[in-house]
Amino acid sequence: MEQPTIALDVPAPAAPARRRLTAGFPLGLLLPVLALLGVELGVRAGLAPANLMSPPSSVLEALSWLFDNGLGAHVGASALRVASGFAIGALLALGLGALVALNRTAERLFDPSFQALRAIPSLAWVPLLLLWFGIDETPKVILIAIGAFFPVYMGVVAGIRGVDRSLIEVGLLYRLSPLALARRVLLPAAMPSVLTGLRNDLSLAWMFMVAAELIAASRGLGYLLTDGRETGRADIMLAAIVLLALLGKLSDSAMGAVERRTLAWRDSLSERDKR
Amino acid sequence: MSAFLDIAIDDKRHGERAVLRGLRLGVARGEIVSLVGASGCGKSTLLSIVAGLDTGHRGALRLDGRPLVGPSADVGLVFQAPRLFPWLTVAQNIMFGASAGKADLARAAALLEEVGLTGYGDALPKQLSGGQAQWVAIARGLYLEPRVLLLDEPFSAVDAFTRMRLQDLLAAAARQRGLTVLLVTHDIDEALYLSDRVILMDSMPGPVRAEFAVDAPWPRERAALALSPLKPAILDSLHAAHAF
Repeated sequence: MEQPTIALDVPAPAAPARRRLTAGFPLGLLLPVLALLGVELGVRAGLAPANLMSPPSSVLEALSWLFDNGLGAHVGASALRVASGFAIGALLALGLGALVALNRTAERLFDPSFQALRAIPSLAWVPLLLLWFGIDETPKVILIAIGAFFPVYMGVVAGIRGVDRSLIEVGLLYRLSPLALARRVLLPAAMPSVLTGLRNDLSLAWMFMVAAELIAASRGLGYLLTDGRETGRADIMLAAIVLLALLGKLSDSAMGAVERRTLAWRDSLSERDKR
Repeated sequence: MSAFLDIAIDDKRHGERAVLRGLRLGVARGEIVSLVGASGCGKSTLLSIVAGLDTGHRGALRLDGRPLVGPSADVGLVFQAPRLFPWLTVAQNIMFGASAGKADLARAAALLEEVGLTGYGDALPKQLSGGQAQWVAIARGLYLEPRVLLLDEPFSAVDAFTRMRLQDLLAAAARQRGLTVLLVTHDIDEALYLSDRVILMDSMPGPVRAEFAVDAPWPRERAALALSPLKPAILDSLHAAHAF
């Protein structure tokens, strides 16, 4: 028997064609490229003084000059400070955060003090740290560690406390000891929150590193900023800023990759988008 | 002679509110018993008590003549939602209750094969459908070979077709193993299809109001059970028990 057919006069979808035009073009680069081009042309046309606003070409020259004159030592010193401060702050926060979240007595003992300390702007510690430890590496690393401590601490505590009670019940049903419950249920379930804390931590660590180096340093990207200001070299300052942006983005991307790999089990909207 | 699973709960309260009072229930070895009753009549609380998750009550539980206190390897529980650990694979979820070094991948795979989920051992829970996830939760309940399996509305969130398939799988698994089953359900057809006995719980504080023996041989005919006089009898009692 012949089947009746219904023909619908539907226009061809236009969206895919439009998408094809922009696909592959990193749209996020558009604004920075336009801005750099604008600055370059603006300075060359004499709209802005070159000693205050170096054009991108001068910044590139400064970067190249720095590269031949000890840039590696500056980047290395800054990165080492960030890495050690971040590691100390994050490790302490992971341990103490887990303890406070899992143990009522520890919570009553530590949490009020940590909450009070959290309210102090981290930079307020700088004069005291300089008085106690001089202008050596120690105060810089401690300042970065203080700044890095709280986001992870808060992430661990909130993550563990926010674990779905229904999953905890499954653990109790299978007679897990408190330690096994923490290891097999609470900590894995808290991982998304912990990793968010760690990622925020890392960007804060770069921020505190600059603050520490601006105050007292003879090496590092923060020192380059101070040096550039004192010698009136806007190109050096901008080169240091570019480097800070690159290093910050690099470390954040690395942490993002760790996060994606560790949390591949998540069934969230962002994970679904990647499928 | 006392029953294989002997439940006597004198008083169970949530704060000031009595949830269960004067409940006596005996379940024979290998028997499948369904608990029906309106929402909030204490069915799920009863399962939590038998599973050992809810301990604040007066009364006594005995399994095979021995006191049953707290969670036990002899009693498995399947919740309404699958409650799988999203970071563990399907096989790891099934073996979750096994102590370190005693996990047996082959047995987890055999349980998956039993329900047509062969090869899903390495999958993550997010890759499963609702029905598949619920079977994995049942497989987790069966993995430690408990003597009693408690199920709290296990199929309420799946579609009708999947529900029938899961009911068949559960019936086969339970009968094959001689499991004693206590099933909480809102679905009278499900209770009639799966159980040897249907217990109707009264409105709060929920003692047993009526019992109905389902005397039908296996394999059962769904259509015949739906037309049996038991169904209207249970529904009438249910309405009478929860009339306001």
